[in-house]
Amino acid sequence: MGEFSLPKNSKIQPGKHWPAKDAKKPRTFRIYRWSPDDDQNPRIDTYEVDLAACGPMVLDALLKIKNEIDPTLTLRRSCREGICGSCAMNIDGTNTLACICAIDKAASGDVKIYPLPHMPVVKDLVPDLTHFYAQYASIKPWIRTQSAVPDKERLQSPEDRKKLDGLYECILCACCSTSCPSYWWNGDKYLGPAILLQAHRWIVDSRDEATGERLDDLEDPFKLYRCHTIMNCTRTCPKGLNPAKAIAEIKKLMVERRSA
Amino acid sequence: MNLRAGTDDVRSQLRHPMKHARGLGSAQHGVDHWWTQRVTAAALIALGLWFVVTVLSLLHADYATAKAMVARPWNALLLILFVVTAFWHAVLGLQVVIEDYVHTRWKEVVLLVAIKFLAVLGALAGVLAVLRIALGV
Repeated sequence: MGEFSLPKNSKIQPGKHWPAKDAKKPRTFRIYRWSPDDDQNPRIDTYEVDLAACGPMVLDALLKIKNEIDPTLTLRRSCREGICGSCAMNIDGTNTLACICAIDKAASGDVKIYPLPHMPVVKDLVPDLTHFYAQYASIKPWIRTQSAVPDKERLQSPEDRKKLDGLYECILCACCSTSCPSYWWNGDKYLGPAILLQAHRWIVDSRDEATGERLDDLEDPFKLYRCHTIMNCTRTCPKGLNPAKAIAEIKKLMVERRSA
Repeated sequence: MNLRAGTDDVRSQLRHPMKHARGLGSAQHGVDHWWTQRVTAAALIALGLWFVVTVLSLLHADYATAKAMVARPWNALLLILFVVTAFWHAVLGLQVVIEDYVHTRWKEVVLLVAIKFLAVLGALAGVLAVLRIALGV
């Protein structure tokens, strides 16, 4: 059955409390902690951060905690400007990028931070995205053609290029896929919104000639049709993209190539 | 790849993640199910409205009036269509729910087959009931 309660060793326990001393503008962060190196259950550590001496984004606060309060806090981050997708995590119930999520907008009270939902946890806020990346590679996300390789660039009309807008911006942060209940229950087979958006990016590319093969590969009750238009993906996308629409477009093409 | 004892099954750690991601490949179907679910849904909007209006018109009517209503050819035809489409649509929807949530393979297969049997049984029973009234047998 679907997993509606956590296994015994995943039940979250209360953790340590790190109070702020002489803070002008204290704010409480409640952060999920788990380490593979001991046999402890996950816990929620509570950190008080002085926002008067901290940048405006959740990532700023996390790095301040790591640098000044508790260096054991583990998270991924790289570009700190919403381009790399490394710092995707669940902030106050919504998957987003910590680096472009303003603390004041994230939550009115305590800021609660968890790793991306329903993924194996490597440590603390770091999820294991191995399967997600393998699924991405499985759709062959590169141009595939039958015609001879031209001796110059493959040109594209401005109209055709426009069809990639809203798709090419995806940074594969996995916020959408890990917000999708269908991906939670059937992520082993269902490709999920991020990978299907990427698949659509190649299906609509005017230079790609493997559209039929791409649709063949997706026509499956699980790979594609586990999408039940729940729309969490579109609501949560930190880049403002619409994976649900991309999936709907794939489903439309599936109907288009058959008789009604 | 590091073999981490005690975490996952070592055997699955030796397999490349791509093996798992590609799995058994595409089933090469799914669009029929999706399209049929939508076509039957569209049909049920019209048939459902007709059914509700018809049933409401039978409020306070006696048995003979109701029987005569069902026996009329167009009513019998639409009622049969309604029963068959409703069971067809229901079985398509239930199939998705079972596939979504039942992850013990034998339970999933038993349930998937059982709902198909029950849907055929229910639809045939409904059709037979309407036919008996319509044909007066």
